[in-house]
Amino acid sequence: MKTSRILLVLALVAATSAQAAPADFLKEFETQARAESAAFKGFSAERGSQFYRAKHGAEWSCSSCHTDNPAAPGKHAKTDKEIKPMAPAVNPERFNDAAKVEKWFKRNCGDVLNRACTAQEKGDFLTYVLSVRK
Amino acid sequence: MKGTIMKIRFLLLALAAAAVTPAFAATESAAAKWANECGSCHVAYPAKFLPAASWTKIMSGLDKHFGSDASLDPATNKLIAGYLAANAGSGKHGESPSTLRISDTRWFQREHSEEMDPGIFKSPLVKSVANCGACHTAAAKGDYSERSIRIPGQGNRRHDD
Repeated sequence: MKTSRILLVLALVAATSAQAAPADFLKEFETQARAESAAFKGFSAERGSQFYRAKHGAEWSCSSCHTDNPAAPGKHAKTDKEIKPMAPAVNPERFNDAAKVEKWFKRNCGDVLNRACTAQEKGDFLTYVLSVRK
Repeated sequence: MKGTIMKIRFLLLALAAAAVTPAFAATESAAAKWANECGSCHVAYPAKFLPAASWTKIMSGLDKHFGSDASLDPATNKLIAGYLAANAGSGKHGESPSTLRISDTRWFQREHSEEMDPGIFKSPLVKSVANCGACHTAAAKGDYSERSIRIPGQGNRRHDD
């Protein structure tokens, strides 16, 4: 009885700190994108690249802080604080934690687009940064 | 049989230990969360730099944090808000309860007015008054002492005393 309880606690601890992989997020965004639009035709690194560089009506683009190259270290546009590279190829800490991914999309889409990103935009973005090797 | 009882005893002990540690873990992880979360866009400004009332206001408006969305999930927000309030400034650091911007406090202005070129905060090497680490080389470790100050482009800070 006690043993099973301890095992349950251990399992819960393991579950809350479970590591995700970029592919898990792609799959999730795809499911959401299909729900958002019946015309969904997949993600595109090219569209993601344009999205990454474009200003969307506000002051900043993604590249304002993450630089033109997602594999390079960035700098916060306001505070100058260093930002680790965005591309999972050079920074495996990216897109491996669901809470972190949700937190930063919420914040940065708000700052750059003044609204939440669509699943299509998130998927294109991730497809692009995954395509960047260095 | 004896072995089984020992095992159960050990498990009970482990359970008891797990029940006792959260109080410890909570304070430790609040400080760690503060360092991680507040330190991801700027130096994690020490809690003592503002009075508790200012931190409470800051933490309740993180979605509009000096022009950026810095929102946190409710549990993390509560933990960090508690840490900041518990370690907030008093005395000379507690004097401007309505101020949310550290650089607007009287103590900050006083500390940064002597022997300083007023243009330094706007210089390309510093960029912003938010960039403590540009001059306070050990700011990331919470060390703002005189001996760690290096004004970029001017070498070591001179001391008359």
